[in-house]
Amino acid sequence: MEYWLPVVYVSIMGLALLVYVILDGYDLGVGMLLPAASEAEKDTMIASIGPFWDANETWIVLGIGVLLIAFPKAHGVVLTALYIPVTLMLFGLTLRGVAFDMRVKAGDKRKGMWNRAFFIGSLVASMSQGWMLGFYITGLQNNPVSLIFAALIAITLPALYVMLGAAWLMMKTETELFNKAVKWARIALLPMGICLLLVSIATPLASSVIAERWFTLPAAIGLLPIPLSCALVYFGMSWLLSKPVLLKRGWGWLLFGGLVVICIMASLGLAYSIFPDIIIGQMDIWTAAAATDSLLFLLYGVAITLPAIIGYSIFVYRVFHGKATELSYE
Amino acid sequence: MEFDPFVLARIQFAANISFHILFPAISIGLAWLLFYFRVRFTLSGDQLWDYTYNFWVKIFALTFALGVVSGITMSFQFGTNWPGFMEKAGNIAGPLLGYEVLTAFFLEASFLGIMLFGKNRVSNRLHLIATFLVAFGTMLSAFWILSLNSWMQTPAGHVIVNGEFMVESWWEVIFNPSFPYRLAHMVIASLLTSAFLVAGVSAWRALKGMDGPGTWKVMKTGVVLAAVLTPLQIFVGDLHGLNTLEHQPAKVAAMEAAWETEKGAPLVLFGWPDEDRRETRWALEIPKGASLILTHELDGEIRGLNEFEGEHPPVAMVFWAFRIMVGMGVLMLIVSWWGGWSLRGEHKPGKPLLHVLSWMTFSGWVAVLAGWYVTEIGRQPWIVYGLLKVKDVVADHSSATLTGTLAGYLLLYVFLLASYIGAIRYLATKPARSQALTPGYTTKHAPTE
Ligand code: HDD
Ligand code: HEM
Ligand code: HEM
Repeated sequence: MEYWLPVVYVSIMGLALLVYVILDGYDLGVGMLLPAASEAEKDTMIASIGPFWDANETWIVLGIGVLLIAFPKAHGVVLTALYIPVTLMLFGLTLRGVAFDMRVKAGDKRKGMWNRAFFIGSLVASMSQGWMLGFYITGLQNNPVSLIFAALIAITLPALYVMLGAAWLMMKTETELFNKAVKWARIALLPMGICLLLVSIATPLASSVIAERWFTLPAAIGLLPIPLSCALVYFGMSWLLSKPVLLKRGWGWLLFGGLVVICIMASLGLAYSIFPDIIIGQMDIWTAAAATDSLLFLLYGVAITLPAIIGYSIFVYRVFHGKATELSYE
Repeated sequence: MEFDPFVLARIQFAANISFHILFPAISIGLAWLLFYFRVRFTLSGDQLWDYTYNFWVKIFALTFALGVVSGITMSFQFGTNWPGFMEKAGNIAGPLLGYEVLTAFFLEASFLGIMLFGKNRVSNRLHLIATFLVAFGTMLSAFWILSLNSWMQTPAGHVIVNGEFMVESWWEVIFNPSFPYRLAHMVIASLLTSAFLVAGVSAWRALKGMDGPGTWKVMKTGVVLAAVLTPLQIFVGDLHGLNTLEHQPAKVAAMEAAWETEKGAPLVLFGWPDEDRRETRWALEIPKGASLILTHELDGEIRGLNEFEGEHPPVAMVFWAFRIMVGMGVLMLIVSWWGGWSLRGEHKPGKPLLHVLSWMTFSGWVAVLAGWYVTEIGRQPWIVYGLLKVKDVVADHSSATLTGTLAGYLLLYVFLLASYIGAIRYLATKPARSQALTPGYTTKHAPTE
């Protein structure tokens, strides 16, 4: 128990954050693409994420929640060190959450302003998340290498989100907007690929702890499937994007699927690099863990509610399945 | 200018939670009202209830969005501002917050999509269920978070091992002594807040001639709900106070500005508590009043602040916040009964009532904030009452960082609050749909000039 409980919780945390990156990733991505669309298309884009964004965002509450619940000693250290990017991210998330509603409720005169707020909020939130991730991977150190690395991820993550957003729009929209989504995905693909590549090269450079894990022999071979599958998926996506006919026939979801695979692979790689630390090179999960009794008490809740949450989330996605229609409360 | 980082961290936390609570205070109550509108529509088939729902659900969506985004800020605040709190009390605070996320947040957030945008995609029955689940979820949120807050006020069910709190009995932790009172008082508070919101906005629409028959139904619903709940709230508030007297006597002493311990203590209605002189200047008193209210005996003993010197909260703020809350309660009672009387049967309200109701639109907010200030300032200097002090858990950010982020938050909040109220006004100035769709309907209930 003493051994397993923290492992279980760190897995739940990882899972929640992965789900967050995928789900809120696409709606943040849609937010960042907003300025590129025409007025009418903006409405459709927002309609495509309307019923989902709130639940999507809840996954980060769960992820941070688990950090706080299961690893209280790390929670304070991590969030204190990330104070500024966290605050910026919160500003961003707040602005866009409100803008989402306000753009249709505050009157037509203000719509333009709220559209901009939605875009800026999405961008700021995504970049801060990237910064946080980068800073975390280098062990929360305040040195030039860490800062450069954090800055690198601060542009990689938004690139990934934009791709997710474009792929989402391909599934949810038709005609003109659909074509635009394809175009956006084509434009974003290469920068995203380069960024991801750079991150993979930079990670072992920025963190000696991670370098050691990656390049010792038996493990290095075990890790190989990760970069290989990512490369494969990447070229698959680029091929798919050059075949508009296939996309039109409804194979756009493959693009989204490919991105999901990349996210999963990246987080597996990350998990391997970090585990069993919670703060790299400083604190492992067992040191940081809360009392066994408390973890056990919550585990019952997790065991019951998590499947239920997954169940009804799927249900909601099915209710709103298909192409996005105009959002109406009536 | 250099400020004490400790003070700044507190102001920041207080600003964020004060902003957050505004929205749950509406959404907990409004969610149930919306459910009620749907049930009425389902049972009677009366279109007016449908229009009513359609109007208020927009305001609900907006409120909920603000609640969610400000709530996300809250969930980071414990770590960014009070890391020591989670280190020492994490074993208790953690699971309670965890249950809130797992049982409440996902439920609300997921079914909200169906509630808001799914009316044409699912059956009416399923839509009703979704609406119910959202309302239920908001209550679950309140349940868990208030359980934690109450535990911090009246800790129970734990032991302290090496400076860390360990749980002995979850039942006692969750149902700690002040929890039932705080939960009841808060849930009623949010029902009252939304009752006055719907009544106030409807009255305002009536004054502007933007009303339809639906508007009147909602106004009446709000007024009647308030007329029933206000006395109940005062009763529960009294019980809450008695409970506080038992567990946090210093807080009650501050609320009453009672300096000396005495039997047959007077009730200070107004005055200026002066901590330097340790007396209340210009006090207007009712002899033996405090003893009567708090112990239900004329000669009951009230412990005074001087018994807690150095460990009691700032007196004036608690004293005044308490008077604002109770004052609001009394005002709500008068207005809602007057309104209930004027609206009985098919009676039409006069212009004065409509004016007063529209001034009272956000009166719930005032009372809720004042109430929380009593509660939270009244427990100072403790973060876990009697056991852990706030100054021992604060994070060491530089004063400059905190000043910067605080300024950012305040600017954002002022902007958002102005936009929120602006949006409600904007929505409310569109003529009621029920007006447009009811042939031959003229604002017949409208006050005659
Ligand atoms: C619509 C809102 C509202 C209204 C009309 C009232 N209250 Fe209240 N009060 C609250 C909303 C509230 C609150 C926001 O819900 C608080 C803050 C924390 C809590 O548990 O409830 C609160 C706290 C609070 C406390 C502090 C408890 C503690 O910290 O331990 C007391 C003693 C009372 N109330 C008593 C009253 C009385 C005697 C009222 C009679 C008029 C009253 N309240 C009206
Ligand atoms: C139910 C959940 C709540 C929890 C867990 C909670 C917890 C806390 C904590 C940890 C602090 C900081 C430590 C301190 O200064 O005592 C605090 C302070 C404060 N809270 Fe709350 N709070 C809750 C609800 C609220 C609400 C709803 C309001 C206001 C509307 C509020 C108003 C304040 C204020 C004004 C302070 C600052 C007091 C001071 O430092 O003088 N709280 N609370
Ligand atoms: C320190 C204390 C608090 C924290 C950490 C906190 C955290 C949060 C979070 C993260 C959300 C967003 C949930 C989502 O993603 O859907 C939220 C919403 C909510 N919170 Fe809080 N909260 C606190 C205080 C309170 C208090 C005092 C109440 C009421 C008594 C409350 C009631 C609600 C409700 C009903 C919602 C749903 C959204 C809404 O109604 O606007 N919270 N809170």
